[in-house]
Amino acid sequence: MTTYLLRDVSPLGGERTDVLLADGLIAAIGAGLEAPQDAVVVEGAGLVLLPGLVDLHTHLREPGREDAETIASGTRAAAAGGFTAVHAMANTTPTQDTAGVVEQVWHLGRRAGWVDVFPVGAVTVGLAGERLAELGAMADSEARVRVFSDDGKCVHDPVVMRRALEYVKAFDGVVAQHAQEPRLTEGSQMHEGVVSAELGLAGWPAVAEEAVIARDVLLAEHVGSRLHVCHLSTAGSVEIVRWAKSRGIDVTAEVTPHHLVLTDELARGYDPIYKVNPPLRTQADVDAVREGLADGTIDIVATDHAPHPREDKDCEWAAAAFGMTGLETALSVVQETMVDTGRMTWADVARVLSTAPARIGRVDDRHGRPVAVGEPANLTLVDPAARRVVRPEAQATKSVNSPFRGRELPGAVVATFLRGRATVLDGVPCDDDVAATR
Amino acid sequence: MKHLLSTGDLTRDEAVLILDTAGQMAATQAREIKKLPTLRGRTVVNLFFEDSTRTRISFETAAKRLSADVINFSAKGSSVSKGESLKDTALTLQAMGADAVVIRHQASGAPHTLATSGWTHGAVVNAGDGTHQHPTQALLDAYTLRRHLVGAGGAQDPSGRDLDGLHVAIVGDVLHSRVARSNVQLLHTLGAHVTLVAPPTLVPVGVEAWPCDVSYRLDDVIDTKPDAVMMLRVQRERMSSAGGGFFPSPLEYTRGYGLDARRLAALPDHAIVMHPGPMNRGLEISADAADSPRAVIVEQVANGVAVRMAVLYLLLAGGQTPVAPQPNPNRSAE
Repeated sequence: MTTYLLRDVSPLGGERTDVLLADGLIAAIGAGLEAPQDAVVVEGAGLVLLPGLVDLHTHLREPGREDAETIASGTRAAAAGGFTAVHAMANTTPTQDTAGVVEQVWHLGRRAGWVDVFPVGAVTVGLAGERLAELGAMADSEARVRVFSDDGKCVHDPVVMRRALEYVKAFDGVVAQHAQEPRLTEGSQMHEGVVSAELGLAGWPAVAEEAVIARDVLLAEHVGSRLHVCHLSTAGSVEIVRWAKSRGIDVTAEVTPHHLVLTDELARGYDPIYKVNPPLRTQADVDAVREGLADGTIDIVATDHAPHPREDKDCEWAAAAFGMTGLETALSVVQETMVDTGRMTWADVARVLSTAPARIGRVDDRHGRPVAVGEPANLTLVDPAARRVVRPEAQATKSVNSPFRGRELPGAVVATFLRGRATVLDGVPCDDDVAATR
Repeated sequence: MKHLLSTGDLTRDEAVLILDTAGQMAATQAREIKKLPTLRGRTVVNLFFEDSTRTRISFETAAKRLSADVINFSAKGSSVSKGESLKDTALTLQAMGADAVVIRHQASGAPHTLATSGWTHGAVVNAGDGTHQHPTQALLDAYTLRRHLVGAGGAQDPSGRDLDGLHVAIVGDVLHSRVARSNVQLLHTLGAHVTLVAPPTLVPVGVEAWPCDVSYRLDDVIDTKPDAVMMLRVQRERMSSAGGGFFPSPLEYTRGYGLDARRLAALPDHAIVMHPGPMNRGLEISADAADSPRAVIVEQVANGVAVRMAVLYLLLAGGQTPVAPQPNPNRSAE
């Protein structure tokens, strides 16, 4: 196994030092380390070393929609974006609602070798919201599922939600809720407000998200369970989560990169590349989620990477699919909106993109670890000074539905290491090396 | 002007030019021979994804009176559920050499997508998209308002003038109405003051950004003596819970927002009554109002042809050739 010496890197943006990776672990840290024979030296002056990023919300589309993404292509994109672990959402075909399907996804992830794939289990059979899937079987499977979500659909029935919150306590699981009151959002196309009124697109009101979050935090308090709120998007949702945390309720929340920067004004051109669920909100909401992320109300950034084949976006708005890709732009968007604006440090970035999501997903024995001797070498090396123009066709993901096409973003992933093996080096996926591990 | 997608894209001068051109077109329609050679050899496609016989035949008549070749392409149902996509349909029409595509679609923004996608090189005319815009309807409404209410009530030629100072009440299902959205923007651009009147459930969230007033009480608005009232079609199914449950019953709607004989009588003498059709007699408008001398509803239909002739002429001939060459005595008429 190749030994790597990362020279002059800044762990979490701190003081420069050398970091030696050997046998899958961080073997030594210190200035002026001697490079062992055969070691590959990575010159890291000006680069920031982070714990490998962990995405709690990825759609890998396999099984079922391999035309949009496969586990191999999606995890390669994840590595290119600096991730060493992703949680694969359950809305596949067939649904990840049995031990058999989650184990299939887990095995395909292992075989691909780019990142650790942790399948998310469906809360209800077929995401139908009616009866609980076999959560215990998925938890006890080889995939060791701890995160359960009907993402794409809301567990809207309060009794079903209560039961799920209670039931997963037996194996320290968490329910990750896609908060969307279905009746208030029938046929909805975009955020309900000034822009939707003018465009004549059916509105997705903020209250449809906030009402479900309010109900769920109270349910979680009542039954003493932990709750995770997916892709929180409104100022009101931030306030509700802040209030819940102040009451001691065990709730965590995520925001997507796109909700940190894009607004509903982008719908004006009717380009469905900007159609996403929950929808892009207003500038006031963007400001609120940034503030919530900075002050810790929002625990993590998760991509909600949602690849779609070209034809599902090459049409009129109402006919288009919801969703945008995000794995390969997430870190840059966080840098642009949170670091370069002075709201967060690189240590905070490590927290919201690695440590906290690993803890919520209960994979913090392997991921989201400190940059310290003896820890597993799951690491990401970032060049914050780089600038790049997003070209979706040049990305590793199979789909091109990036809302950042043509936009210049700061920061670039230089290298990603999974258990000491490089999956990305010099900004390029290490196809041969990763294939050799299969 | 390359396309006509939204009245929000029109300046005051562009809008007045369309109305003036429509006036010239209307004058030619009083002749025995109504057909003009202006668009001879040009092809206009009526691409209708949604049924609308009246709008389609209005555009068809307009194009034919200008001697354009007309292709009617009816593609009912959504593009996704019924097979061919909007893109492939557009590419097909482009391959057949459409100079203009008149599109009616149930999805808001579909004409915008067609115009900006590069799928067609022709001019795109929005003939109604979802709950967004229906610009030629608003233009024909403005034309009708100007004819009756500007220039000493039709005694003088209103050419070159806008609707400055007029007060227009638009009454009904604003939430789902592309006619209301188009009219609010156009009438405001032309200097009129618009008051929307509807039950609160049928007013969109976000309406506060629109350049108009909103009232929930028709009687209060009629007391302010508007120059015109425009009644919007209200679909009966909107009251059912499956349809959204927007109002409790047709009777309650009619009591609050219907233009009945009493409200008709309370309008000032010069006020006109408008409706884009088709009407629900007895729901939003009574027979008394629909058939009264102040109703200009049938005239709106006639004006629609003149306005659509003007739009096709300005888009396709670019205003370069005269609207109506004087008949040449040495040539036989077509």
